[in-house]
Amino acid sequence: MAARLPFLRFALALAAMVAGLVSAAAQNPNPEGIQIGLSTENISITAGFSGADLTIFGALENADPEVARQGRYDVIVVLEGPARRIVVRRKDRVLGVWINLQSEEFENVPVSYSVATTRPFQDITEPVSYRQLSLGANNIYLQPADAEGSQPTIAEFTKALRERKVAAGLYSENVGGVRFLSQNLFRATVRLAPDAPVGTHKARAFLFKNGMFVKESSAQLEIRKAGFEQAVFRLAHNHGFFYGLLSVGFAMAVGWLGSIVFRRD
Amino acid sequence: MGIYLPIAELSVNVFVLLAMGAAVGFLSGLFGVGGGFLITPLLIFYNIPPAIAVATGANQVIGSSFSGAMSHMKRGTLDFRLGFMLLAGGIVGSTAGVYVFSILRSLGQLDLFISLLYVILLGTVGGLMLVESVNSLRAARGGAPTGLKRPGQHNWIHRLPLKMRFRTSKLFVSVIPVLGIGAIIGFLSSIMGVGGGFIMVPALIYLLRVPTNVVVGTSLFQIIFTSAYTTLVHATTNFTVDIVLAMLLMVGGVAGAQYGVKAGQKLRGEQLRALLALMVLAVALRLAVDLFIRPDNVYSLSIPGMG
Repeated sequence: MAARLPFLRFALALAAMVAGLVSAAAQNPNPEGIQIGLSTENISITAGFSGADLTIFGALENADPEVARQGRYDVIVVLEGPARRIVVRRKDRVLGVWINLQSEEFENVPVSYSVATTRPFQDITEPVSYRQLSLGANNIYLQPADAEGSQPTIAEFTKALRERKVAAGLYSENVGGVRFLSQNLFRATVRLAPDAPVGTHKARAFLFKNGMFVKESSAQLEIRKAGFEQAVFRLAHNHGFFYGLLSVGFAMAVGWLGSIVFRRD
Repeated sequence: MGIYLPIAELSVNVFVLLAMGAAVGFLSGLFGVGGGFLITPLLIFYNIPPAIAVATGANQVIGSSFSGAMSHMKRGTLDFRLGFMLLAGGIVGSTAGVYVFSILRSLGQLDLFISLLYVILLGTVGGLMLVESVNSLRAARGGAPTGLKRPGQHNWIHRLPLKMRFRTSKLFVSVIPVLGIGAIIGFLSSIMGVGGGFIMVPALIYLLRVPTNVVVGTSLFQIIFTSAYTTLVHATTNFTVDIVLAMLLMVGGVAGAQYGVKAGQKLRGEQLRALLALMVLAVALRLAVDLFIRPDNVYSLSIPGMG
């Protein structure tokens, strides 16, 4: 008896381990993941730039074929521009003239924000999760510089900030902009506005399964001015005085050439 | 065809800008004005941020006044001494103007201030010119001799101390009003992006009694330097000079000016002045309407310390 006991213990332990593994597999069969890839890490804005569509490819990892077949995976892809401080001002009428009176400052406001989704927002998940994830042009959290200020005012200016950004084409939503190419391969198309800001943009992909947020993945993208534009911009900002001299010199040269070519008198 | 403006950071249509430059050039050739007071509001109407419109407008003015001043220099209708004294005042005024410009911009009141200045100045100058030209048109029709009235030879300005002799202008006058006029023009140049010829010319004629043939050349000479200085200061403190934008405007402007000069030779002086007055008033009115009408959107965004 005594001799058989260890074996029995071992057998029990083994059985428990197997059972544990099986049940773990049933609850969480290799968690799903999401990956995205950008075809380029740099985008150069040239003289003719008038906006562009940026395509981002991505893949689901360990996707459940069953869930995928029923179309219950959803992906939201965001391209977020660099964050800046922004002042929102409101004009009011003073003696008949419209004057900027009230203002509210916000910190870390993404200059641009472009979203693409597989389906309409309300079909993917609950409004609460959008707010928690700070996801979507209408849900991203805009942080007032002075959070102590009057709440109705902050709410009003936050709304105005979003509206102005949407109107300028800098905040945009592309419902249906994410397409599944196969069960776990997808393609997202996000809009780059004509006056997209230069700097580091962040591409983020959010995976939802049955309306629940599962995983997020991100990649970086550098948008810069190309060639001539970049040279001019750099010169103007780093060597303002020299740039000024150059502008003056050019203007004089054009004026002088004009008087020679056309002989005004 | 779109082109990306590196400083304004937006895409614009090349042909719109060339046409804008040509139209203003035509008018400046026609009326003998720098055109800064037209180009800056036009750029603002075309959604170029006012801060950039002003600084680039000043840059564009250099081109047109330079070619004008060259031809006046050849003809000897340029009073260098007077020009340099105006310039000394201009630099002080322009420095103050750029400083005020930065403050207003951080307060969010720059656009309002630019518009108000334009409405007031253009309204006043346009109104006075219209009255004057309509009167002389009437007088011409009645057969009376035309020409600007010559009021009494001396006024309070000629009694001020620190007198100085300006030989080309045949003038012996105190330097205080000369410096003052220069300073005011410099201030306006940096805040409004104008050369200031439309104020300088009447000021020199009516206040200082400078002979009319010397006025235009001297005023252009001074404007070159004031606007060059303004361009430099804006470029170093506000980073708002867009060289691509200025080039496009100047290329259109130089070409347009030639046709303007030719068209101008077919019109009589009073008719020209009346037309210019109407145009100036129209710009003033358009800007005034924007001030008084409820804007499409009462909210605006800006980056602190930038446009």
